[in-house]
Amino acid sequence: EANAVIIPQCSHIPPGRRGCLMETTVSPNKEELVIRPLHSGDIYTSFQFRTLWETDFTRENKVSHYRLFPKSLGQVISKFSVRELHISFTQGYWRTMQWGQPYLPSPPGAELWVWFQDSLTDVDGTWKELTNVLSGIFCASLNFIDSTNTVQPSASFKPLGIGNVTDHQIVCTENLTPWKKLLPCGSKAGLAVLLKSEKLFHSSFHSQAVHIRPVCKDDQCKTTSWELRQTLNVVFDLHNSGQGKNEWSLFKMFSRTLTEACPVASSSKIYIDITDNSQGEQFELSPATPLLSQAVVLGDRRTFSVYDLTQQITFGTICNVLKLPVTYSAHAGDMLRPLLHAERYVAGYGLQTGEIHTLMYNNHPYRSFPVLLLDSVPWYLRLYIHTLTVTSKGKDNKPSYIHYQPSKDRVRPHLLEMLVQLPPNSVTEVTLQFERALLKWTEYTPDPNHGFYVGSSVISSLVPSIVAMDTNNSRERPLFSSFFPSKEESSYFVRVYTEPLLVNLPTPDFSMPYNVICLTCTVVAVGYGSLYNLLTRSFQIEEPSPGLAKRIANIIRKMRGVPPL
Amino acid sequence: MGLLSDPNRRRALISLLTRLNTPICIVCYMAGVAWFMGLAFEPFTLRTYMSENAMGSTMVEERFPAGERALATGREFSAHKKRTGGMPVEWLMKTMQAKGLEVFTQRFSRTLPFPDENKERYMVRGTNVYGILRAPRAPRTEALVLSAPCSPGDNNNQAVGLLLGLAEYFRNQIYWAKDIIFLVNEHDLIGMQAWLEGYHHTNTTGTFCHSRGGSIQAALSLELSSDIITSLDLVLEGLNGQLPNLDLANLFYAFCQKIGVLCTIQGKLQRNDWDSVSGYSHAVQTMMLMVMKQASGRPWGDHGLFLRYHIEAATIKGVNSFRQYKTDATTIGRLLEGMYRKLNNLLERLHQSYFFYLMPSLSHFVSIGYYMPAFGLLAVILLLRALDLWVQLSTPPQRTEDGVTDIEPVRGVLSLLTPLVISHLTGVALYMLPIRFQEMAVEHFPVSETEAVVLTAIAVYTAGLALPHNTHRLLSGEGTEQGWRVLKLVAVLYLAVLLGCTALINFSLGFILALTLVPVAAFVTPHVPKVLSAFILVILSPACTLLFSVFFFQELQEMPISFQDGWLLFLSVISQGILDHSLYGSLVYPLITLLVYPCWLLFWNILFWN
Repeated sequence: EANAVIIPQCSHIPPGRRGCLMETTVSPNKEELVIRPLHSGDIYTSFQFRTLWETDFTRENKVSHYRLFPKSLGQVISKFSVRELHISFTQGYWRTMQWGQPYLPSPPGAELWVWFQDSLTDVDGTWKELTNVLSGIFCASLNFIDSTNTVQPSASFKPLGIGNVTDHQIVCTENLTPWKKLLPCGSKAGLAVLLKSEKLFHSSFHSQAVHIRPVCKDDQCKTTSWELRQTLNVVFDLHNSGQGKNEWSLFKMFSRTLTEACPVASSSKIYIDITDNSQGEQFELSPATPLLSQAVVLGDRRTFSVYDLTQQITFGTICNVLKLPVTYSAHAGDMLRPLLHAERYVAGYGLQTGEIHTLMYNNHPYRSFPVLLLDSVPWYLRLYIHTLTVTSKGKDNKPSYIHYQPSKDRVRPHLLEMLVQLPPNSVTEVTLQFERALLKWTEYTPDPNHGFYVGSSVISSLVPSIVAMDTNNSRERPLFSSFFPSKEESSYFVRVYTEPLLVNLPTPDFSMPYNVICLTCTVVAVGYGSLYNLLTRSFQIEEPSPGLAKRIANIIRKMRGVPPL
Repeated sequence: MGLLSDPNRRRALISLLTRLNTPICIVCYMAGVAWFMGLAFEPFTLRTYMSENAMGSTMVEERFPAGERALATGREFSAHKKRTGGMPVEWLMKTMQAKGLEVFTQRFSRTLPFPDENKERYMVRGTNVYGILRAPRAPRTEALVLSAPCSPGDNNNQAVGLLLGLAEYFRNQIYWAKDIIFLVNEHDLIGMQAWLEGYHHTNTTGTFCHSRGGSIQAALSLELSSDIITSLDLVLEGLNGQLPNLDLANLFYAFCQKIGVLCTIQGKLQRNDWDSVSGYSHAVQTMMLMVMKQASGRPWGDHGLFLRYHIEAATIKGVNSFRQYKTDATTIGRLLEGMYRKLNNLLERLHQSYFFYLMPSLSHFVSIGYYMPAFGLLAVILLLRALDLWVQLSTPPQRTEDGVTDIEPVRGVLSLLTPLVISHLTGVALYMLPIRFQEMAVEHFPVSETEAVVLTAIAVYTAGLALPHNTHRLLSGEGTEQGWRVLKLVAVLYLAVLLGCTALINFSLGFILALTLVPVAAFVTPHVPKVLSAFILVILSPACTLLFSVFFFQELQEMPISFQDGWLLFLSVISQGILDHSLYGSLVYPLITLLVYPCWLLFWNILFWN
């Protein structure tokens, strides 16, 4: 176990290569914490908890033994024929320009994507039921997810999922508590002790997720087991929280110390990324650890210091005083140039039309690569699909694949998927004009003047890795490793989420419906009616018609030949 | 309406209205003016109150401590500004980065249609620097803006210093829910225009912004040129007379009260003696200043261009006068901190309070429901005159039913068309020619480009008066009685619609125009004494209205000027109006030249009908 090559993160799952975990020994439970000092001076901490469950639904119909796997989720899987389930709650936007790529990308708000078994027939019904169940489990209003904000991508989420939903949802302690309850040790022991909500929500970025998927048990992949992976990514802004300019420790970050390892965990480790700190110029770890580990993460070769919590010696002495005195580098304010980067905004003004701009940056100096852009836009923005333009370097860039599903009012959103080739060192701009719909007055949210959210667009791509890009020969490297460019790591999978948009729709003044109704009725009934009457009729004076007696008298007078009265 | 359905009563009513038309009109005019003057009387106005719940009940604390440091930063800024002879872009970027902001620049260049002599600029090239403070755990959907201009000379250094000081302080707070954009714009409004266009990706004069913070909810622009101040002045009037939501003014007022800063609007302090004559005239002055500024349709601070993008914005100006009571930078910083914290609490855009209002003092306002009757009373005069003309036009045919009526309407319409077309063509010429012919004018006359533009405008305006507007003299030698009546009917209704629409958008402009044009429209006939009436007509023409407004405005600001200076100011106001139109899209110049002036020419035409 100790000698196994450790892949600290498994987020870069290449498409078509499912089951990247191959377990020789059964290790049902693993927990990890990766700490990475970021370029901007912030600290990125990523928790991962993995639980394996060796059950195959395809063979056994009834399952009653869950072991460490949470029963609530296990029942969900079996009842709704779920093949894969990914749910994330995120508060904040990952700042790629300052922080680089995250280990596990997630959009602001809540996202749920599920891959159902082929045997399932009523996907829509199951989906609706599933969202309701999950909103109960995670104390989140996922039940607002319905067909109007759900899409079925044709290509984007192929390797892992099928239904995709983004929704605006504020994450708070209520979501964290049920998430913690799914852990085998709860928050009683192990790394989970550090998860104190007060500190976790005093941060720049907070994202928690649950991933359930089948993984292979052996080399031939004859049998599979279920993997539950719970992740929590937090970026601490040390500048902001004023926790000393130059020093932090586990206690300062989490205001907790590690007391004991989770007894059921087979592995419990803390990794600290020291790649940028090989000489100890930025920070030093105290106490130092002899254990080092190398891994290729997100196309970059990183070095980690490893602290193994299962060993009592390490545990007792080290973790409580783990300190990283960080000094700010002079370039902390500079922007990074991640290879793939995207942003999105609404252009124009006024409440009638607008234009969505999506910018995709390829910062690779000499290689172009294709990206898959997935845009899901609510129906109340009426997209003019004929205005779709894709330009790179001032030239038209024709997407090689476009899948567009128009929206249906109040039923389903627009879905736009495109495969675009990004030329090297360029910005590709996708623009699309839209018109803002006037909603029915009951369809407005309670805070209509806040605006309406449009979920992030998703950009998935295989990006050439930094390792392969490295043409700098001066760096110290074994000769045998550098003659041919490393092939298997030549590209890695990246998913980038853009900002969500806040769009104002034409909003009536709800503060005085009564006045408006009264005024309108008055104008129509009194003003319009009478004016119309006056304008279209001509009025003449008419003698009042004589009474019955007078008429009879007149008849008699007529017969008598006397002029009438 | 039953009154009108009964022919007898209708006849009686109409005869009453026609018989008493002139006295009713005079009464209406008097009543309109009196109503308007009454608006400034405190018992008739409403106290301001916070409508937005998110800003009202939530308590915030102001703790900004670093006023002195901010001023030191301001001094550093001014030193670097002097050294670079303009915007110290490098220094600003470095400073903002050191304070933990994401910093971006935006370059822009703009060539004015003709040199701006007030600000001495023609080809403008500049850079805006803005830093975004990212709110923790916020998805970049909403933003607030705090801007300070990088002005030439020693102006506004303290504003930039305070902006940077606040940026540093804000960076250390955890409670932000909206991104805050700190913007230092060069070349005041031109830079602001370029930045807003770059941010919203509308037709741009500069590069596009590189990073954004989502939709901007509110903005404040800061102008501060001294280390200590005596009062803060709030400027609300924006482009085309647009005003920010009243809640923004309320917020400013509330914090001034809380922190104990003297606050003014239009540079006028509030007074408590509303029942005395001087107190009332003070309120009138304040309100009239607002009316004049709003009517000008130009942005009176850097905030003015935000309003077009539906962003509530205001400018806060530090004033240092000879009063005893002084306020230091720390206090201003605390005031701004409080305002931003409350704006940060907003769930929705500011929309609860009024968008159309006048302010006779900072604590009192007049809403649209109260001031519109003043305009309505003036506008009803036009309708009464139109009714009178209509009755006059419809009665004669009953008298002479012998074929004359058959020919009259056709000739009437034709003779009507000519003056309409000619006066509008004059308007188009007035709109187009000044800028088109500036080069030619500069070649042939010893004037500068700006003078050429203004003088061409005045020349075209005057030439419009001399043009023959009618063809009927060529056709039949004499204009008919009915002809001018039809023309006047059309002109009066035209004016009514024109003023009505203007007043809806920009009440002040509509009201001032109504004040001068309505009497003209009411009294003009071909039968009044020619010379005297022509004189009155010219006096009440739009250009003279502008001239008087210039003097009146100076008088209100307690800076009376001589006729000579007033005339020069008048010329520069015209050139500024044309520049505002071509730079920022102000609509006052086209409105006057293309619609109001032709309409006035119609009345001029009626006077010289025979």
